[in-house]
Amino acid sequence: MDAAKNIAHDIQQGMESDGDQFLTFMLAGEEYGVDILRVQEIKGWDSVTPIPNTPDYIRGVINLRGTIVPIVDLRRRFHLEAVEYGPMTVVIVLRVEDPNTGNSRVMGLVVDAVSDVYNVPEESIKPAPDFGSVVDVDFVKGLATLENAMVIVLDIDRLLNASEMAVVERVAK
Amino acid sequence: MTIDMEQFKVTFLEESLEGLEIMESVLLEMRPGEADAEAIDNIFRAAHSIKGGSATFGLDAIASFTHVVETLLDEVRNGERAVTQEAIVLFLSSVDCIRELLSADQHGEPVDQEHINQVKAGLDKMLGSQQPKLVAAAQQTAAASTADQPGGTGWNIYFKPFPAMLQSGNDVVRMFRELAGLGELQVAVDMDGLPPLSELTPEESHLSWNLSLSGAVDKAAIDEIFEWVDDDCTLEITPLAGTEDSTIAVSNAGEQNPHNDSGLQAVDPADDRRSSEDRRQTDNRRKTSTPESSSIRVGIDKVDALINMVGELVITQSMLGQLGEDFDMSRVEKLKDGLAELERNTRELQESVMRIRMLPISFAFNRFPRMVHDLSAKLNKKIELTMSGEQTELDKTVMEKIGDPLVHLVRNSIDHGIESPAVRRAAGKPETGVVSLNTYHQGGNIVIEITDDGAGLNHEKIFAKAVERGLVGPNDVLSEDKIAELLFQPGFSTADVVSDVSGRGVGMDVVKRNIMALGGGVEVKSVLGEGSTFTIRLPLTLAILDGQLVRVGDQTYIIPLISIVESLLVNKKNVNKIAGKAELYQLRADYLPVIRLYETFGIEPDNRTLDNGLLVVVEGDGKKGGLLVDELLGQQQVVIKSLETNFRRVEGLSGATILGDGTVALIIDVSGVVRLASGDGDHSAGGAVAAA
Repeated sequence: MDAAKNIAHDIQQGMESDGDQFLTFMLAGEEYGVDILRVQEIKGWDSVTPIPNTPDYIRGVINLRGTIVPIVDLRRRFHLEAVEYGPMTVVIVLRVEDPNTGNSRVMGLVVDAVSDVYNVPEESIKPAPDFGSVVDVDFVKGLATLENAMVIVLDIDRLLNASEMAVVERVAK
Repeated sequence: MTIDMEQFKVTFLEESLEGLEIMESVLLEMRPGEADAEAIDNIFRAAHSIKGGSATFGLDAIASFTHVVETLLDEVRNGERAVTQEAIVLFLSSVDCIRELLSADQHGEPVDQEHINQVKAGLDKMLGSQQPKLVAAAQQTAAASTADQPGGTGWNIYFKPFPAMLQSGNDVVRMFRELAGLGELQVAVDMDGLPPLSELTPEESHLSWNLSLSGAVDKAAIDEIFEWVDDDCTLEITPLAGTEDSTIAVSNAGEQNPHNDSGLQAVDPADDRRSSEDRRQTDNRRKTSTPESSSIRVGIDKVDALINMVGELVITQSMLGQLGEDFDMSRVEKLKDGLAELERNTRELQESVMRIRMLPISFAFNRFPRMVHDLSAKLNKKIELTMSGEQTELDKTVMEKIGDPLVHLVRNSIDHGIESPAVRRAAGKPETGVVSLNTYHQGGNIVIEITDDGAGLNHEKIFAKAVERGLVGPNDVLSEDKIAELLFQPGFSTADVVSDVSGRGVGMDVVKRNIMALGGGVEVKSVLGEGSTFTIRLPLTLAILDGQLVRVGDQTYIIPLISIVESLLVNKKNVNKIAGKAELYQLRADYLPVIRLYETFGIEPDNRTLDNGLLVVVEGDGKKGGLLVDELLGQQQVVIKSLETNFRRVEGLSGATILGDGTVALIIDVSGVVRLASGDGDHSAGGAVAAA
């Protein structure tokens, strides 16, 4: 878990400097970014307790120091090809806010690997074109170009709230 | 230095609401004509602190309103005014008004100014009327009434502060200045008490004053100026032209108010049980309306127990630590002892911590006297409310959630259960109906019974209604209990449906759902013409449950022990199939649907065959079922963790817990699983996808 440790160090540094900071991670060869202030911790993949009758991208729940935290597989969420979890597979634990109620929840995101921490000025994030069926554009805040790499900046509040709440709403109807 | 007044204001609001609660409960017990001095003192004290506090915080509307209330109460206290039914009602309305004003300030809601004006007008009117004087103690009363008149001449005031008065920040000069604002003031200082200069302590007051205030001054206005110091001084206010007889020592609070305003906290905890309960009751009620502030008031004895327990734990820990320093096999017995001790400590600590969350059920009951009082007046019925087992303790979270269903049930009992006096007389019953709330422990549950001796349920009419609503077939044969249960059907929930039958059923489905959400249940028993009893059964706490651990495939689930009827090995010849699919297991006279947990939860089991399979017979929401599991593991108490906090509600699960090895195990919601299996669950379609 050295990679994760390095990233943790980067996060620490990132917090101390100015500008919008993003933690990026890899998913099926693409680099995605999330607002670093939402990142609570980064963990290695460990076994989860599956929750019955939930969508397949909900891998289950883990015990995070006494708190029950649901784990979402982002590959499955984006309908990407599933892969075997390996030593690089990490869980990014994020704090998600519900824009409607203002409640905050903690969720974990399974990704292929963590990548880097970037300073991204707000203005350099460009609106995203339609990705078609690969990624629902609703969950994408925009695209950032960094050192010749493109990072897809995710709106995790919408992503994680929408994915979980959708089920509930459908049932409610 | 700036002081954050907000923090004091929160305390003030809390204390004021407590004060109102006390006023209300005392007023409800008060009977016209028999004013108990202590009772009056209690109300007066509460009103007095609310007035003072609200003035301090600039809540002028409350201060001026309470002032009128206080003046009236003062007259009652001084025996100048009899307690009439009218006055009690008026005081009760005043309590409502003050509560409304307070809560308006707290939440920034608009107030019903009209209502307040109306009550205030009533108070003013009563204050202005000289009629209801006590005949007894006529002489004093007469003197008092003249004394209380805005005298044309004025007042003599003898004022001698206790030495320590200045230390509490009271300023004599300011008080005199205010007095001077009321009329023409002459001040004569008496320096007799002044010690020699060498013994003088500048912080102490040694002086006394004789003041004469001339002009048409209301005595209340003078009282008001001195009200902050009336515990700290000798004060005598006499009319200027008055004779010796009419001298009234208005205030020597040391004697008259043995507990001063804040004394609620200062009084001996042993005899203050009741008031501390009141306080916590208020807390509880406030909590239900303002979930954002969640604090809990805990009896000091509980905290003491906790501290003792932690002390023991620390001792055990250091003992184990020492053992570990140089450990060899000869000391293994000692280690075992230490670990046993540790286990005992941990268990006791857990119990103590849980007890902190436990509050007497009276917190939920305290609103009922007022409700019964109001409703009986409104409905022209005579109703007596009896309560027993109010000391039975219940988890705070359960208490908060059971409040509304209880109100609903009690209101129904009063509204529809108890007949009008005329009807009762005709039926040969006493005119006064009795509604009783009875609470007791039973096993790991708490039982609350709401009993009335009213009309009871008319089963025939309920059955007819149910047929009309299509809930049962016209030819169905149902036992009386089953018919009574129909009340809890959603179809019965509209007001006009049952009100002409017996009235039970207004939102009863909601009541039942709320109680079930707490893991409890509700039943009704009724005899026509004799009354009905609603029995609510609740778990003591929502935080811990006794669970049976079961294994299905590689997953461990927890079944609440309370829902388990028995566990058995399946005997193939008792298995029947309906339409080739639904499996039923014949258990003695019952046929249970077999619920294959691995199917419901979509996981890979060890065992798919029913023969010799393990069946856990459970009952939830009145329905039984047999859960097929792979293995029965141990039983243990588990701490319930909500899945909703970070995720959402999942059908068939009531939560999760963390096992000894740190993994998460899911807690089965038995009635949910039975529902899921019978196909009317929320996720009947999405089930198998889950763990694919």
